[in-house]
Amino acid sequence: MDARTTSALLYLDAVSVSFDGFKALNDLSLTVQPGEMRAIIGPNGAGKTTMMDVITGKTRPDKGDVYFDGAHDLTALDETQIAELGIGRKFQKPTVFEMHTVENNLRLALKADRTARATLAWREADAEQARISEILAVIRLGAVRKRVAGSLSHGQKQWLEIGMLLAQDPKLLLVDEPVAGMTDVETHQTAELLREIAQEKTVVVVEHDMAFVRELGVKVTCLHEGSVLAEGTIDQVSQNDRVVEVYLGR
Amino acid sequence: MTSSPLIRALDRSAVTFILVLVAIGVLVPLLNLLLPSSSFWHVPTYLVALWGKYVCYAILALSIDLIWGYCGILSLGHGAFFALGGYAMGMYLMRQIGTRGVYADPIRPDFMVFLNWPELPVYWYGFQHFAYAALMVLLVPGVLAFVFGWFAFRSRVTGVYLSIITQALTYALMLGFFRNNFGFGGNNGLTDFKDILGFNVQAQPTRAALFAISVAVLILGFLICRTIVSSKLGMVLVSIRDAESRTRFLGYRVENYKLFVFTLSACMAGVAGALYVPQVGIINPSEFAPGNSIEAVIWVAVGGRGTLIGAVLGAAVVNYGKTTFTSGVLAPYWLFVLGSLFVLVTLLLPRGIVGTVRHYWAVWHERRDAANARAAEAAPKPAE
Repeated sequence: MDARTTSALLYLDAVSVSFDGFKALNDLSLTVQPGEMRAIIGPNGAGKTTMMDVITGKTRPDKGDVYFDGAHDLTALDETQIAELGIGRKFQKPTVFEMHTVENNLRLALKADRTARATLAWREADAEQARISEILAVIRLGAVRKRVAGSLSHGQKQWLEIGMLLAQDPKLLLVDEPVAGMTDVETHQTAELLREIAQEKTVVVVEHDMAFVRELGVKVTCLHEGSVLAEGTIDQVSQNDRVVEVYLGR
Repeated sequence: MTSSPLIRALDRSAVTFILVLVAIGVLVPLLNLLLPSSSFWHVPTYLVALWGKYVCYAILALSIDLIWGYCGILSLGHGAFFALGGYAMGMYLMRQIGTRGVYADPIRPDFMVFLNWPELPVYWYGFQHFAYAALMVLLVPGVLAFVFGWFAFRSRVTGVYLSIITQALTYALMLGFFRNNFGFGGNNGLTDFKDILGFNVQAQPTRAALFAISVAVLILGFLICRTIVSSKLGMVLVSIRDAESRTRFLGYRVENYKLFVFTLSACMAGVAGALYVPQVGIINPSEFAPGNSIEAVIWVAVGGRGTLIGAVLGAAVVNYGKTTFTSGVLAPYWLFVLGSLFVLVTLLLPRGIVGTVRHYWAVWHERRDAANARAAEAAPKPAE
């Protein structure tokens, strides 16, 4: 594989995945440029989560190419290697380590040597503590830093998971339904948070909440039956007849 | 904030626990050796041997708690590693018998002479040296666990499937060791030991020393486990237990972590078995029986998994119950008791003894702090 084949940070070309005959992804092609924030919308079963699974190595595509940073073939790597390349993922259902404190959740996510030997020899360091405090300030969880994550509210867990993404310091953040189950105020704050993050990172957000997507104010891709139905600004996409028909409803 | 891993490992309950163990390890042998048997405080030798057995079980329980309580690996075949360590020690003890055996062969143990084996099999070489046998006590269970874990964890075999395979592993070994031509004494196993490092294994001082050594090893094992679980590695283990794929997506090589603790745990179990054999005087294939491994898991569940102290306590309590029960008229019902104990603990006391105590202790502290805070708020109101 020669150096770079594309300028895109994330490049999916003609990716297909099927489960027992059901085509979850059908010739999906998508590119995300470095520094971009992209919102992905689409009805249930459109393939949004499967797309995330393919990018993070959880699911192998039947065919098609997936390249990260132009040079890394993601279809040949596993979850750990992909995470090491700098792709972080927030799951649809908030998954934090419930038995650990908020602080320790972030500590585990912090960019550091991930070998067993290094974690055994680990000692608390001021720099690490400072970075954790910094992230806690961004995700507004400073007051609950010592609490176990399992005792947090749903919205707080979502933020903690976004904080863990930040701690990993990835190049690309995949954020699956960050505002599901949040109040309007929390949704608004989350949009603010993501916009802040997107100033430095490339972000792909999957979301159902159209008000939230509108608030993000970024390029939108609508998926349907495993491929791209429409792409453009939120206004363009939401006026597209097919999108209205299959997703938004009349 | 910076603290060395060992200091971090020694919180208040750990220190207290170690002090209690030290007291037991020192007092029991002294009360056995120094006091006349007429004294009220005298500990009879049979009790020293019995308690020594419990201590070995406690080390096994500790090794299970490390992988099950902290990393979620439920091994139902840990007795295999215990028995392998025991056999390695048994082989050393057999080679020490020499010409004092029934057939008085200087090299071959009795069962080989009986089976008309012309010479010692190659894998029995070297076991006349204690150092070599001690190395094998660690190496044989360790290598087996490493190879087993390498395949199992890389193929992402988890949960109940892994438990079943570990059962099959110990069962297969049991069938193998039962065979005479396997070369480990078959059915009868290895027994009739005479000396360990030149001391008579039956002698009272040797038994007292073996007890003290077992307690020392238990303390060492506890320290190793505490150091691991209180480090960042311990945090990763708990993360793997609670959300394995999340841990993977964070970039941790889950299989390497599992392999590390699994292998370490198998070595610990092996040492426990090696200390067990000279104290009970026999090792035979029934030690590989799947039931033994399951029983060891029950000790941990009863004591409280993920607490380490609970594992030790559970092993002691359940085995004390077993001894009491099986020596009376109720002996035939012991398995029913054990089974119902497991069911009851799972239903009513899912945290185990130590886990439950710690839980209510924390709840009580929280309430008290909350009450104090309220009182502090109410107090400073000035009088009119």
